Amino acid sequence: MLDSADVLSALHLVYTIYSVAIILLFGWLAFKLTGGKAKGLLRPKLFYSYVALLVFIGVTIHILTFNTIPWVSNDLKRNEIKPEQTFHIEVADHKFILPQKKLMIQCGKTVLFDLDSKDLTYGFGLVRHDESLVFQIQVVPGSKNTLLWQFHKNGTYNIRSTEYSGPKGASMKVDGAVEVVGCKDTDPRAS
Amino acid sequence: MSFVNEFVNGNEGGLKHEGLTPVQKVTLRTVVVGLLFYGLTAIEGMMMRVQEIEPFLGTDHFFSVMTVHPIVGIFGSTYLIVFGAFVFLVPYLMKKPLYSIRIANITWVLIALGALTSWSAGFLFSYAPLYTLYWPLPVDFNQFMPAAALIFVLGIAFIMIGTVLFIFNIFATVFYTERGHEKRPIKPLVLSALGIDGLLNLLRKLRKKPPYSKDPAVSLPVAAIFRGSIDTLFDAFVILSVGVLLLVYIIAKMTGTSMDASSIDALLYKNWFWWGLDLIADGLVLIYVAGAWYLLASLITGKKLYMENVARAALLIELIVSWGVWSHHLLSDQAQPNMMKLASGEMITAFELVTQGIAIFVTLVTLWSARPLKMTNPLKFLLGGMLGFALAVPAGILQADLGLNRILHNTQWIIGPHVHVAILVGLTMTLHSAIYLLFPILTNGGKLWSQKLANFHFWAHLLGGIGMGAFMGMAGLDGMLRRSWYVNGEFNTYMILAGICGAFLLFAWIAFIFNIVMSVGLKGLIGIFLPSKLKTKDTLPEAA
Repeated sequence: MLDSADVLSALHLVYTIYSVAIILLFGWLAFKLTGGKAKGLLRPKLFYSYVALLVFIGVTIHILTFNTIPWVSNDLKRNEIKPEQTFHIEVADHKFILPQKKLMIQCGKTVLFDLDSKDLTYGFGLVRHDESLVFQIQVVPGSKNTLLWQFHKNGTYNIRSTEYSGPKGASMKVDGAVEVVGCKDTDPRAS
Repeated sequence: MSFVNEFVNGNEGGLKHEGLTPVQKVTLRTVVVGLLFYGLTAIEGMMMRVQEIEPFLGTDHFFSVMTVHPIVGIFGSTYLIVFGAFVFLVPYLMKKPLYSIRIANITWVLIALGALTSWSAGFLFSYAPLYTLYWPLPVDFNQFMPAAALIFVLGIAFIMIGTVLFIFNIFATVFYTERGHEKRPIKPLVLSALGIDGLLNLLRKLRKKPPYSKDPAVSLPVAAIFRGSIDTLFDAFVILSVGVLLLVYIIAKMTGTSMDASSIDALLYKNWFWWGLDLIADGLVLIYVAGAWYLLASLITGKKLYMENVARAALLIELIVSWGVWSHHLLSDQAQPNMMKLASGEMITAFELVTQGIAIFVTLVTLWSARPLKMTNPLKFLLGGMLGFALAVPAGILQADLGLNRILHNTQWIIGPHVHVAILVGLTMTLHSAIYLLFPILTNGGKLWSQKLANFHFWAHLLGGIGMGAFMGMAGLDGMLRRSWYVNGEFNTYMILAGICGAFLLFAWIAFIFNIVMSVGLKGLIGIFLPSKLKTKDTLPEAA
């Protein structure tokens, strides 16, 4: 099962390849613009094919991620799915108030994080020891801030506020707040 | 000629400001002040880059710099440079006088004053709610002084009033009939300024009928300026409305009245605010930039734009698309309805790939059709600007995805490869292309002091901008957040590399400003702020 580290690695690779290709293309165009001779205008058919390709890419990206990134469909249907574990977490005065000192999660269980801000807009993110993100959501006061998640690797994770809530909240963090147990695999960046 | 003499009098006699028209002067004033604000923004940017490597500022100071950085950069610099250029270009392209030179002068003074006022709220009183102003942070008086909030809001109000005056001046210039001229009919002007004529031409072509309009009433760049200004106007009203709301809470606090922040729905506020703010990023910038590319390509090549009707129609689509994309900023807000996330956040946003892709393609084919071209400063900066958007727009489309946003939102990825590459490489290089192109026109034949410095400006800016964005992006993919405080060197390798690239950007600006000062001379530079001796409403002096 894909996790955030896999998706981010794939994104890193894809965007790097794209960036190098587009930089080379512009370099080639800049070189060619100063030489040669124009031979009439490009046919409109090619232009409309290019526009169709852009539409195709714009739509396909989302269809592709919907079908490959595991948390998307669960997120969209989270109101219909019954969680196996629920954690109510309050956020107030730049502090996370957890129901237990450590949130223990069984591998593969569907977990609901239910966040409630009592004052400002915060973020709720789970990060590994090397600070890489597992997920994040916004915690907006007066709104329902829930996230459904399944863990498939053992590990201990820190909670970080991923939204700025003033200078007092610049380093809002709870170390080792979440522990996942019972999986075959272990997250190497979270142990 | 000695260095000091050139510094004072300029290159080959420098700028003879006595021969400048009032429109040339107001344009130069606005652009010069915008370029100075850019320098302030670059210094702030470098302060933050150094802070990310080796913290030397306190949290209050760091976040107040982060708050004023986009205010000074977007409003103080970009708005002024863009507005300055358009105050000249609209009358120049429409071959009629600017509606009001006085309003143009009031505009730049108000915006500059507003940017400085908001900046002082951060500099003097450490006001730091960031530009996003998420409710109720701007009125959290446990963290910020009410007087600081008041100064910040007043500064923003000045900027927005200046913006509204600029838009009035542009709209009035498009539609008014100058004295002595036969009455200009409004309908064709409105249809053309909105791009409806291009759409009608396309539809009639499909039905094999003659075009609705063979000779559009408004040229394509002016149509782009007009359409971008519609978004700018909406944005100004939204920001002003938020300012009024903040003002109510600030005054209540100052007068000892207790007001409950929870009486405002934070999510609704966020939707309203982002709808307006996004009109800058996804409306104003993309439309103005596309218009600028079309103009630059036409002027560089001397040729008609490729697929002009499609480009006109695409600008109209971009205007409508820009009104419906704001939800991509709320993909991590779980109370935001799924339908809004899917439709506005993902699908409508994806159309920006199409509209911006069309603008790049049309511009490149127009340039290609005029080969061989000389690699002038305007051309190389234009190519750099298009490359910037070719990198930044796909980065934005990727983060506007439900799956990817869950692990990208608020990371350095957003602010690096998307925002900074779009603004610094895409937008700023486009503006520099226009500045290099318009420099001899606005200075009545002024000559650049050093081409070597112009080359250094280009390469340092391009490599610095792309490099900084790339290393920030890599840090973001490794989890570095954009508005958090890291003191243990967690991302030092990336931050050192981004800092080096940031320094390139600062040096590029210094080289550019030095080159401009040496070209026009200190006397010429000061002279543009003196009243014009020519009593004319014409855009250029008669002899030019």
